[in-house]
Amino acid sequence: MKRKQTSKVSLKRLLQDNSVPIMFVLICLVCLPLAGYSPAYLLNELVTRMGRNTFLILALLIPIMAGMGLNFGMTLGAMAGEIALILVVDWQIWGIPGIILAMIISIPISILLGLFCGNLLNKAKGREMVTSYFISYFMNGVYQLVVLFLMGSIIPIMHSTLKLPRGYGIRNTVSLLSMRQQLDNLLAINVGGVKIPVLTFLIIAVLCLVIIWFRRTKLGQDMRAVAQDMNVARDAGINVDRTRIIAIVMSTVVAGFGMIIYLQNLGNFPTYSAHTQIGTFSIAALLVGGASVERASIGNAFLGVTLFHMMFILAPEAGTAITGDSMIGEYFRTFVSYGVITVALIMYESRKHRAKSQTGYLLALAQKEEEARAK
Amino acid sequence: MDKTDMEKTLENRDLMERFSFASRFGLPRTIIAGFVLLLFIMAPIVGADLTMQVGNVINRFSWNAVLVLAMVPMIHSGCSLNFGIPLGIIAGLLGGTLAIQLGATGPVSFFIAILLATPFALLLGGGYGWLLNRIKGGEMMIATYVGLASIAFMCMMWLLLPYTSPTMVWGLSGKGLRTTISLDGFYGGALANFLQIPIDPANGLYFPTGAILFFALLALGMWAFLHTKTGTAMTAVGSNPLFARASGINVDKMRLLSVIMSTWLGAVGILVYQQGFGFMQLYMAPNNMTLPTVAAILIGGAAVNKATIPHVIIGTILYQSVVTLTPTVMTAMIHMDVSEVVRIIISNGMIVYALTRKVKGGSR
Amino acid sequence: MENNNAPLLEMRNIKKDFFGNQVLSDINITLGPGEVLGLVGENGAGKSTLMKILFGMDVIRETGGYEGEIRLNGQAVKFATPFEALAAGIGMVHQEFSLIPGFTAAENILLNREPTKPNIVSQVFGPRLDTLDYKTISQRADQAIDKMGVKISGDMVISDMPVGHKQFTEIARELSKDQLKLLILDEPTAVLTEKEAEALLTSIRSMSAQGISVIFITHRLHEILSVCDTVVVMRDGYVVKEAPAKELDVQEITRWMVGRNVESAASAADVRELPDAKTIMSIRKLWVDMPGETVRNIDLDIKEGEILGIGGLAGQGKLGIPNGIMGLYEAGGTVEFEGKPIPLNSPRKCLDASLAFVSEDRRGVGLLLDESLEWNVAFGAMQIQNKFLKKFGLFTWRDERAIRAVTDKYIDELKIKCTGSKQKAKELSGGNQQKVCLAKAFALQPKFLFVSEPTRGIDVGAKALVLEALKRFNREFGVTVVVISSELEELRQCCDRIAIVSGGRVAGILPATESSEAFGTLMVSQVV
Repeated sequence: MKRKQTSKVSLKRLLQDNSVPIMFVLICLVCLPLAGYSPAYLLNELVTRMGRNTFLILALLIPIMAGMGLNFGMTLGAMAGEIALILVVDWQIWGIPGIILAMIISIPISILLGLFCGNLLNKAKGREMVTSYFISYFMNGVYQLVVLFLMGSIIPIMHSTLKLPRGYGIRNTVSLLSMRQQLDNLLAINVGGVKIPVLTFLIIAVLCLVIIWFRRTKLGQDMRAVAQDMNVARDAGINVDRTRIIAIVMSTVVAGFGMIIYLQNLGNFPTYSAHTQIGTFSIAALLVGGASVERASIGNAFLGVTLFHMMFILAPEAGTAITGDSMIGEYFRTFVSYGVITVALIMYESRKHRAKSQTGYLLALAQKEEEARAK
Repeated sequence: MDKTDMEKTLENRDLMERFSFASRFGLPRTIIAGFVLLLFIMAPIVGADLTMQVGNVINRFSWNAVLVLAMVPMIHSGCSLNFGIPLGIIAGLLGGTLAIQLGATGPVSFFIAILLATPFALLLGGGYGWLLNRIKGGEMMIATYVGLASIAFMCMMWLLLPYTSPTMVWGLSGKGLRTTISLDGFYGGALANFLQIPIDPANGLYFPTGAILFFALLALGMWAFLHTKTGTAMTAVGSNPLFARASGINVDKMRLLSVIMSTWLGAVGILVYQQGFGFMQLYMAPNNMTLPTVAAILIGGAAVNKATIPHVIIGTILYQSVVTLTPTVMTAMIHMDVSEVVRIIISNGMIVYALTRKVKGGSR
Repeated sequence: MENNNAPLLEMRNIKKDFFGNQVLSDINITLGPGEVLGLVGENGAGKSTLMKILFGMDVIRETGGYEGEIRLNGQAVKFATPFEALAAGIGMVHQEFSLIPGFTAAENILLNREPTKPNIVSQVFGPRLDTLDYKTISQRADQAIDKMGVKISGDMVISDMPVGHKQFTEIARELSKDQLKLLILDEPTAVLTEKEAEALLTSIRSMSAQGISVIFITHRLHEILSVCDTVVVMRDGYVVKEAPAKELDVQEITRWMVGRNVESAASAADVRELPDAKTIMSIRKLWVDMPGETVRNIDLDIKEGEILGIGGLAGQGKLGIPNGIMGLYEAGGTVEFEGKPIPLNSPRKCLDASLAFVSEDRRGVGLLLDESLEWNVAFGAMQIQNKFLKKFGLFTWRDERAIRAVTDKYIDELKIKCTGSKQKAKELSGGNQQKVCLAKAFALQPKFLFVSEPTRGIDVGAKALVLEALKRFNREFGVTVVVISSELEELRQCCDRIAIVSGGRVAGILPATESSEAFGTLMVSQVV
């Protein structure tokens, strides 16, 4: 549907709205010659990382659409994906069937975790982000309880190669050798030394289409309404709480799939820490792409994953080149990921305040004018 | 006329809700207190040395209590839980490292460290408070990420700043601070060893009289402050900012003051922690201090906008009891070391619980 | 529709009380199809309660339901929720906009009733995944807009619209419901410009021509007369006049709205004239940006030692005056107190100049709900005037004993019902909370006191006590008091002079002994 917008597009506003992506382009441009990578290597790395991460980042879009901000609780989906993978590895189902089975198993776990998270977030309206942040930490504890203590003792794990020597609990690293890059290699093509994982990109494309389609559904419309004004939506008969829960559940399920795609590319995963930074990095990437707390598009996700991971690849080498210390670059990229989230959050909150004071100013002005007219 | 009575019913409903909250509020704390009690009862049964355990709890209390106390001013002024305590810790670390760099040794170096940390705390706290005044309502999330980002920033700084003291820099390259610095000969035990009372000297267990006294002094100072005119105003700002504004209080100034106080106490708190622990930990280590501190005060009974000194004391004791006793007792009981998992679940669960409770007043 | 002869809506013997307090008594209203009924009355006359009953709002059920019978097309109905009322063909446009700002007018008009097309996924997962049929949405929206007879653009985003168009979007949303038979408009013209209001009246006529009945609530009486078939005037929960609009004029309606029995009027002996009193506060060109209570260009002089009442209908700006002067909302203009200018937008400066304010927003601004009565009473005086403090070495401490003493004094004086001075303010009833607010202001020992809506939300007994306390405070200490209240009678009981605010401006100042009709005429004189 076409929309008449009266707001004008000016160059200044364009620069302002895209300040974060522009800043990242600059960082990358500075780092590029310093790091000294060959274009082929860079491109290869970048394509690999795009295939690996984009699906996860897309998981963030739906809660933003429903006005719940950045879903730090996507980590819950990542955990569900990991649990599913552990089980599938134990059952020794290899290759693509293993990946598909893992995805299927992850769905009920994700739904359960999503329901839990969504219900709690409904009790914390207005501070969904900080709550989902701590829910993810809380669930990390529960995840450890399940994987480190219950797996092998209560949840049957057959193969001792997976288990810790003490007989229960999963080893610190789970090998996914049997399904390593199976998705990526199927249908992969090689263009000038750059391997393109066509199937993975196809899956991502399908998800994008689903998201675009979803926006045009009744549920999508309801979510947009809930995002803008919960009370109006409720008065119109929309079940606000349920809509919000659905948004979180969908995000969690997509994050579960995303984690499985991410891990099959890596080929193994550290059992207890693979998910801990996933939320931060995915959110940072989305924000780098120009998204904000209340608005994010598929384009933001793609731009973000490109720029953010470009920075990720370049920073350590560039840091070493400048300071002679390889750790500097590592810390720098951690700093930048946190920093970009901090800046986005500050901009979001301060914009809310500015909007408030602006209305007051305009009203006062109107009255002054009237006063002048009265004279 | 109709408005009148509708309002009254609404008030009544509010009242009822509040009372049911009050009764619900105690639940998680009761569970944790019960859990700690159970641990203490089980300790001798599973063969753990109770004196030893109690001694450990007291010592760990003396390390952590000041950090937990640093939560109080910001909660009082309505800035919510101080997830930005890493800023205070960074100020403390700067003070500590500078004290050593400048050649201070022995217990005196502890006070020199506090002195050197103070300007940093004022500066960082001032900037942080200014920021928080611009984003009222979104403090917690932003504080969390300001903390994380500043820790990452300081990671770079620890490598780049021109420290030279051989006790602190990497031996090989001669530059860049080590991840862990021993405080033997500096302010390690500076407070704890003062007037210490032996509990079980064979195992090196002493009652850290000096550290407890130091905390008592700060807590008394905080209690006294909250009874002054300014302290009263600060509490009112946290309780109802609109009321405070209508009563002629400069709300932003009070909030700024509270953030600076919290940050300074955070700086002192980490130095007290270090003198008890005996080591200074740099780089990502400050990250691990936030959660236990916030969880402790919540377990003590504080809410997002209410906290008192007893909350600090009870919370720290309960939390540290969980941390100290679970490894020995639970392991002996179920032959699994679930202590880390229990700690994560309790501290984060407590925070999630606090966040999902409705807040009244100020939020509107 | 078995009974075609029955009127569209019949309300018979409607009664409603809130915990024994009768707010509606024996209301009978009949409305035929296509008829337009104008409902007028002062704030608190019971109009909105009546409409809430008709619309099945939750608050009615939660406070014990109502008595009497509502018939729609001859059939008795009882709506448990607004959704049931909607389904039965009743639509309501509330005073506050209920629109999604980022959606287009068309999307808002059909919010949650969007025409959809099923698809494969929705067959499996349910109709919420049907795709939206944008073409039909805009068609149906256009139809509704046509029905209204006012041209607005369906694909314009709400946040970009002028206020009037938002109002029309709301009306179009109700009109888009096929079952709509009766539309309730609650002060729809309050936010409209004159031209837009005229357009609205035209559209009401066109709706009526299409057989839709309208209940039209407004304070703009000439609008009522120009568009309504029948006018119903309510006062104190009774219908006091029902007549065809042709037979009435503005003066007559006003008289019916505010007319009261003689015995309730102020006793003349109590009202003082104070001709020699000097002006203690002079307000010039004051504007206040208080949402919903905007003040425009007010000049007002207040005499030393008097009790001045400020009255007027809700939303006309009377509350903006004290809130603006005391710095709680953005304000401009000049205010002089005892000859010295008072800086605006700074609560502290006002308090320092010995002004005090009892806010109408008791729970939001007036009280520290989570703290003890002692804190509530003593806080202001402690912070502003350094009272209740004692030196202890280097520190200045709260003097708990002095605080308790002053709190106990006011608990006694104002008969505050509580378990003690340590009780939390939130645990008190509305009336007692109001007394605590007064105690807080009295403890400041001000020269000048603003009291805003002192009796809102409190019971009759407490009301008399509060007014009596104010009067005593004025008489004993010579404090100038300005009372702002929506209830004219209450002002007439305690004030010397009463200023009426209408449309954000002072419409006139009269002695309290003046007749109700005179005040009523002022109230509606410049209504916006």
